[in-house]
Amino acid sequence: MSRKPYVRPVSKTGWWLKHPRYMRYMSREVTCVFIGAFALLLVCTLERLAKGPEAYASFIAAIQGPMSVMGMLLVLIFALHNATSWFNVTPKALPVQIGEEFLAGKYIIGAHYAVWAIASLVVLFFAGVI
Amino acid sequence: MAKSNKPIFWSLFAAGGTLAAFLAPVLALLFLMVAMGHAPAVFSYANLHAFAANWLGKIIILGVITLFLWHAAHRLRVTLHDFGLRQDAIVAIVVYLTAAAGTVLTVVYLLRI
Amino acid sequence: MTQLKKRMVQLEVLRYDPEKDTEPRFQKYEVECNEEWVVLDALNAVKESLDPTLAYRWSCHMAVCGSCGMMVNGEPKLSCHAFLRDYEGVIRVEPLANFPIERDLVTVADDFIDKLKRVKPYLIPKEKKTIAEGEYKQTPAQLMKYRQFSMCINCMLCYAACPEYALQPKFIGPAAIALAHRYNLDSRDGGRDERQEVIATDVGVWECSFVGACSEVCPKAVDPAGALQQVKVASTLDWFKERLLPGGSK
Repeated sequence: MSRKPYVRPVSKTGWWLKHPRYMRYMSREVTCVFIGAFALLLVCTLERLAKGPEAYASFIAAIQGPMSVMGMLLVLIFALHNATSWFNVTPKALPVQIGEEFLAGKYIIGAHYAVWAIASLVVLFFAGVI
Repeated sequence: MAKSNKPIFWSLFAAGGTLAAFLAPVLALLFLMVAMGHAPAVFSYANLHAFAANWLGKIIILGVITLFLWHAAHRLRVTLHDFGLRQDAIVAIVVYLTAAAGTVLTVVYLLRI
Repeated sequence: MTQLKKRMVQLEVLRYDPEKDTEPRFQKYEVECNEEWVVLDALNAVKESLDPTLAYRWSCHMAVCGSCGMMVNGEPKLSCHAFLRDYEGVIRVEPLANFPIERDLVTVADDFIDKLKRVKPYLIPKEKKTIAEGEYKQTPAQLMKYRQFSMCINCMLCYAACPEYALQPKFIGPAAIALAHRYNLDSRDGGRDERQEVIATDVGVWECSFVGACSEVCPKAVDPAGALQQVKVASTLDWFKERLLPGGSK
């Protein structure tokens, strides 16, 4: 009897389209594009700030308008997606064992949301929004 | 097979991801307000300059930008791999060099303020 | 006496005969089943009454042996754990993804077995004891630390779900690394350094990008994805200790 195992081909580029769970994974991963772009925006802001008041003022004017609003909205949406997906998996990576039991994930996740809310409020306060 | 050197990049990714999870949404909201023409008080030249001139402000700005950059760099390396771009070594060099450049520039600009 | 409810079930099964075929092809079967049956029962009915040539693995029929893993409507399942009542229309049955097809629904599992051996999934005692010296003692809390990861039945559904294994066949994979972690967490074990040589590599845990599909399909709730992230954390701490502490990670 002869053996001739058959290897089924897998698409290197399109595999993630084949199942909703893979698409959810990719949506989580591409948040990095927006976080990275946002970080580069922060670097630019810093450069303009260092240049002087006129350079900074024209920069602030330049990042106003509908295109910028769309861009920042996308950053916000993907930043939120990163936050929620990150908090949800933290209990798996850092389990907390107390005696014979493990601390239920919901407490760890809940604590993260609480810190996130407090941190956000603190930033908004110092930014002069609230 | 030799043990990997990915841990250094992964720890930056993990630290950056955690910081981004907590801070990126509110920071994005602030910039969204600027884009909409309602820049919060902190964005006045005087206020932002004062914040960046302060040594604590410098540390915070450097920490946030650096960790965001290295988080995004490592995750982008893995994501491009997932999208079928398999020349991992080249991708790694490009993304990490970009993050490094961003880090260096941040230090340079902060020192000017 | 209550009548057992019957149902005509249509199966579309991927066939492959290495002696005759150049590539696999689907074959349709229609067989009468009991309503409470699983896909494995339907396959057995096909084999008994329609087509004795259909080849597939199975054993315990109760989701503890790990033999009957296959793709049911594109999802990795144990065929003894896939209830017909959860499926409508034609049920597509294929061999477990990401493994070469030996024949029909039988895959070549050699790669997984080889990786399992490489991670040394057995106790390497911290201090060797003779029988006369007595048992290795362990508290319930110490047991609970690794118990979840000891539930693995080696069914390979996680390998079928993992896209990184699909793209990089050298990847050690979820089950093998989770099992290495199970022993690393065992208070009686002293073999962590040996296992790290295998799993702290680029084809070990660092090929994992935390897709999490493995944990979603695991029939025993082992959560290999969680195990792998814990291995990443531990390996990262090792990496820093080796470079920053005078004694290394010892």
